[in-house]
Amino acid sequence: MKKLLELKNVRLTYQTINDEIEAVKDLSFSCNEGDFVSIIGPSGCGKTTVLSLIAGLLKPTSGEILIDEKPVEPSLSVGYMLQKDQLFPWRTIEKNVYLPLEIKKINTTENREYALDLLKKYNLLPFLKNYPDQLSGGMRQRAALIRTLVSKPRLLLLDEPFSALDYQTRISVCDDVYNIIKSERKTTVLVTHDISEAISMSDIIIVLTARPAEIKSIHVPNLEFDSPLKRRESKEFGVLFEKLWKELN
Amino acid sequence: MKNFSDNHTLFIKKIKRETRIVWAFRILLLVGLLSIWELFARLNIIDPFISSSPTKMATTLVELFKENNMLYHVLITLYETILGFIIAVGFGFIIALLLWWSTRLRKILEPYIVVLNSLPKIALGPIIIVWCGSGSKAIIFMAVLIGIIVAIITMLNGFLSTDKDKILLLESMGASQLQIMLKLVIPGNIPTFISMLKISVGMAWIGSIMGEYLVSKAGLGYLIVYGSQVFKLDLVMATTLILCILATLMYALVSLLEKKLVKH
Repeated sequence: MKKLLELKNVRLTYQTINDEIEAVKDLSFSCNEGDFVSIIGPSGCGKTTVLSLIAGLLKPTSGEILIDEKPVEPSLSVGYMLQKDQLFPWRTIEKNVYLPLEIKKINTTENREYALDLLKKYNLLPFLKNYPDQLSGGMRQRAALIRTLVSKPRLLLLDEPFSALDYQTRISVCDDVYNIIKSERKTTVLVTHDISEAISMSDIIIVLTARPAEIKSIHVPNLEFDSPLKRRESKEFGVLFEKLWKELN
Repeated sequence: MKNFSDNHTLFIKKIKRETRIVWAFRILLLVGLLSIWELFARLNIIDPFISSSPTKMATTLVELFKENNMLYHVLITLYETILGFIIAVGFGFIIALLLWWSTRLRKILEPYIVVLNSLPKIALGPIIIVWCGSGSKAIIFMAVLIGIIVAIITMLNGFLSTDKDKILLLESMGASQLQIMLKLVIPGNIPTFISMLKISVGMAWIGSIMGEYLVSKAGLGYLIVYGSQVFKLDLVMATTLILCILATLMYALVSLLEKKLVKH
């Protein structure tokens, strides 16, 4: 199978006036099309930095990052979703979802129709002309995901996308987002500090060490169910949770 | 219509009652102050020659509009204030954008802006008069000078505090700096723009009236200075009253604009 994402010996060193900080040290991994990869690690270990590197927002000091065997740049191929929904409050849901089309200058009727299809499929069509502050946290996060999907990215990058939600909403939005991603067959890299979230969603879990970030271990959960909610109930879930928790502490 | 419980009706009643009370006292306060003023002036407890009185102010106002071409003075001052306001706001906005755009330019100009901000602009009055002559030009220049620095600083602070994560989001879509400016920084700062307008309204009035105090042949500031020099306090008070009304109207217009622009 062709590799969709590949990191080869990626290294990143930050320069500050007083110091030189090694943030990422020799990171290599890859994933195939359709994989759901989670990256977990102790807080401040540079998880977000890794995502910024994959998004092409930061240039690695050395090493290579390839998407579809081509070097990355911020472009069509990557969709980035952040902690808060970051919907623009002065735009309606419809206009928010069109934002990537405007930025990438692909605001065609065809692409807008695709966006509307997604909104319809995921029950946001009635809120087309509403403003973000009129929607619940969960719906806003769904709208943010659809905004990420409209430019048909090859790879989705999720940076703790549920951490701003309360526990109840988080569980259901997590399920929601997972189902959308799976039905759109998107390859995803998720960064999180929530072990149970990582286990319930991922095909592959990468555990990073404290800074400078290196790979500590890679796990393949292989749970029998195909829904984060149900996975949380399975026996292996608890076993893996404990294992990861020990690794992180 | 939704059917509300009696509690809700009671709640609405309470709010309405509170509003009525506030308004009643506002009016009472005004009427009370005016009557005391009038009474004291009539009973010669205060010298009406120095303190004027509400009725005298009213008759002076009518006379001023009928005989002394008050409208002309009002229009002159309005012209200077509004032009000064528009220039200060317009250039302030553009300069703030440039400073947001280029970090280097911002660093270079920072000390100059700080100095200009703390300098009492009125000190430049004599220089402005020498440069611009003694007409409206000098007064407009004064209004612009007083308004523009605050306009720049307010807007720039707004631009610079744009949510970093939203910028990151746009960058991940491959947005250029121009796109970030047009799609995020400007629309996201409409509330800042409105508060800048509100501050600038005040600044423009300070500028134009100060300017007219220093050098003018017409305008409300001119009338106030002239009135105080010939001890016609009726004229001074009446003109000040008109000034109050005009400044409030201009502020109200900006508030109206705010209601139109800022919804979410």
